[in-house]
Amino acid sequence: MNALELRITGIGAWWPQRGDWPQLRAWLRGEAIGGAIAARPPAGVLPQGERRRAPLTVLLACEVAAQACAMAGHAGADLPCVFSSAHGEVAISHDMCATLASEPLALSPTRFHNSVHNAAVGYWTLATQCHEASSALSAWHGTLGAGLFEAAVLACAESRPVLFTCYEAAAEGPLARVLGADSTQALALVLDPDPAAAGSRLRLRQHATTATATATAAELLRALALQQPAALALPAGIHRQLEIEITP
Amino acid sequence: MPCRIPPLAITAATVTTALGRGREAQLRALRERRSGLRANDFTRSPLPCAVGRVAGIEDVTLPPELRDLDSRNHRLAWLGLHGDGFIDAARAAVARHGAARVALLAATSTASIGATEAAYSELAGDRFPASLAAPELHTLHSLGLLLERVIGARGPCMSQSTACSSSAKIFAQGERLLRLGLADAVVLAGVDSLCGSVLFGFNALELVAPQPCRPFDAQRNGISIGEAAGFVLLERDGPPGAPHLLGHGESSDAHHMSTPHPQGLGARLAIEAALARAGLAAADIDYINLHGTATAKNDEVEAAVIAALFPPTTRASSTKGWTGHTLGAAGIVEAVLCLLALEHGCVPGTLNTTTPAAACGPQLALANETRTLRTALSNSFGFGGNNCALVFGRGQA
Repeated sequence: MNALELRITGIGAWWPQRGDWPQLRAWLRGEAIGGAIAARPPAGVLPQGERRRAPLTVLLACEVAAQACAMAGHAGADLPCVFSSAHGEVAISHDMCATLASEPLALSPTRFHNSVHNAAVGYWTLATQCHEASSALSAWHGTLGAGLFEAAVLACAESRPVLFTCYEAAAEGPLARVLGADSTQALALVLDPDPAAAGSRLRLRQHATTATATATAAELLRALALQQPAALALPAGIHRQLEIEITP
Repeated sequence: MPCRIPPLAITAATVTTALGRGREAQLRALRERRSGLRANDFTRSPLPCAVGRVAGIEDVTLPPELRDLDSRNHRLAWLGLHGDGFIDAARAAVARHGAARVALLAATSTASIGATEAAYSELAGDRFPASLAAPELHTLHSLGLLLERVIGARGPCMSQSTACSSSAKIFAQGERLLRLGLADAVVLAGVDSLCGSVLFGFNALELVAPQPCRPFDAQRNGISIGEAAGFVLLERDGPPGAPHLLGHGESSDAHHMSTPHPQGLGARLAIEAALARAGLAAADIDYINLHGTATAKNDEVEAAVIAALFPPTTRASSTKGWTGHTLGAAGIVEAVLCLLALEHGCVPGTLNTTTPAAACGPQLALANETRTLRTALSNSFGFGGNNCALVFGRGQA
């Protein structure tokens, strides 16, 4: 398959106990983390009322998306966006399924509209007044790879920068246990197909193989933090992987 | 505005809805003006409304290798895959191009959440019952995982879930993969099934009509929820007579999570982008399959956009009075209904509607019409202000 080549012009991240991208980057480099680490993603891009009510997935996604846009020097309004999450808002799905099992007519309308997989990207487009195309993807264990690939395809096909965001929120309850939704993490990248753009070079190629790819979001961010050439393979479904080369 | 794109051939297409299995069943019901909606007999707790329920799902037995993924959504997918010989066409594409060159794009809003709901009603302590314990059953990507096994494609595979625009957007994704040479064929799949989450969820939002929905009627009072499975095979070239995907446009309202932009800004942007990619003007569109959900807001806004953008010669209708609103599957269902309209020169009217709302223009067709159609536009607008419009062209013999 043909390779896609882009520049990473913006990076955002949020990890519990590690904080935002500058803090996480310092930690990944073995340096001291500067500043206090917030308990929750601040998500300052959201209006105050929404920030208070928003589910964790929305806070995570909006926080990292805003970091990446700021670093790339783009307004969120200007970028088509591809958001991806394997599990979405499991806490709300749990709550809805429990309510449906006992008292279906008591289902909350707000919970219902926050349960759609595109809630996070919907709140992002609302907060940034973005009228561009917005997607909400999922691909089980291949979610990071599939989402990154889709964002790169969109950027290359339309010859314009695209915002990619991938987020997961740990939850509790039977559904979270079955899905393995036990970690909280989020990252965002602004991908620019212009070879003259500043930033690390990213080369992507989807590859059919019987090998099992195992790279994670943390390894992708480590490669970006260390600013050294790196090659890794992200899972992308049965018998396929997404091969990534990063050149600072 | 985006640049014009090369047209893509639609080399196989099928849909299964409350109207029946396959294209012929849809066409017959459209011509006979026979609705697939019936009084809700799906939910255990009473909910007075109409549903577009697909007959025979309960009788489907999945093959042993798919049993761990047994759910209403997957039984519906299995029924749908066998409509119009689609499963053979998809497997033939894998054989022709090689598995790695065939992409598989799934779209759903419900996935198999119905199975998750069932697991919560049968919890043993706080554990799922053994028959519902497969993790792959409860993920949003479950449809993609099922189809990956059944069809054997090994190209890019993912699920799009932007509520009611989901299965329209996969046409745009597929077009990009083909244009960039990242695949030689793309299997598009949209499947959504009846479940408590959507029926009681839309009910909580006070968007469900107590009787069958009446799109664009002055007296409209909400949606009827339906279920459906639709499949399309996209390739760069097809046999003579194959219809084409000519354009697509995606946008975001940036207005509200559950109501459309009052001036239809996002809808307009999506339609204009789809026309630009198709290299067509609004006056070139012969038929529009409207989103037309029969909610007060959607229809008011969409009617005004259509009245402002298109000439009276363009015919427009909502087919949701026949199928119900099939949510995540609506985009692909209505795409296939557009293909049927183009092929047979048949404009479906707007079933159940008698008095058009004040905002409707002369484009709205209430009765069925027969005329030569060369181009069709399909609108899909979802929660979160997520919009997608598609343009199709009739096959040239």
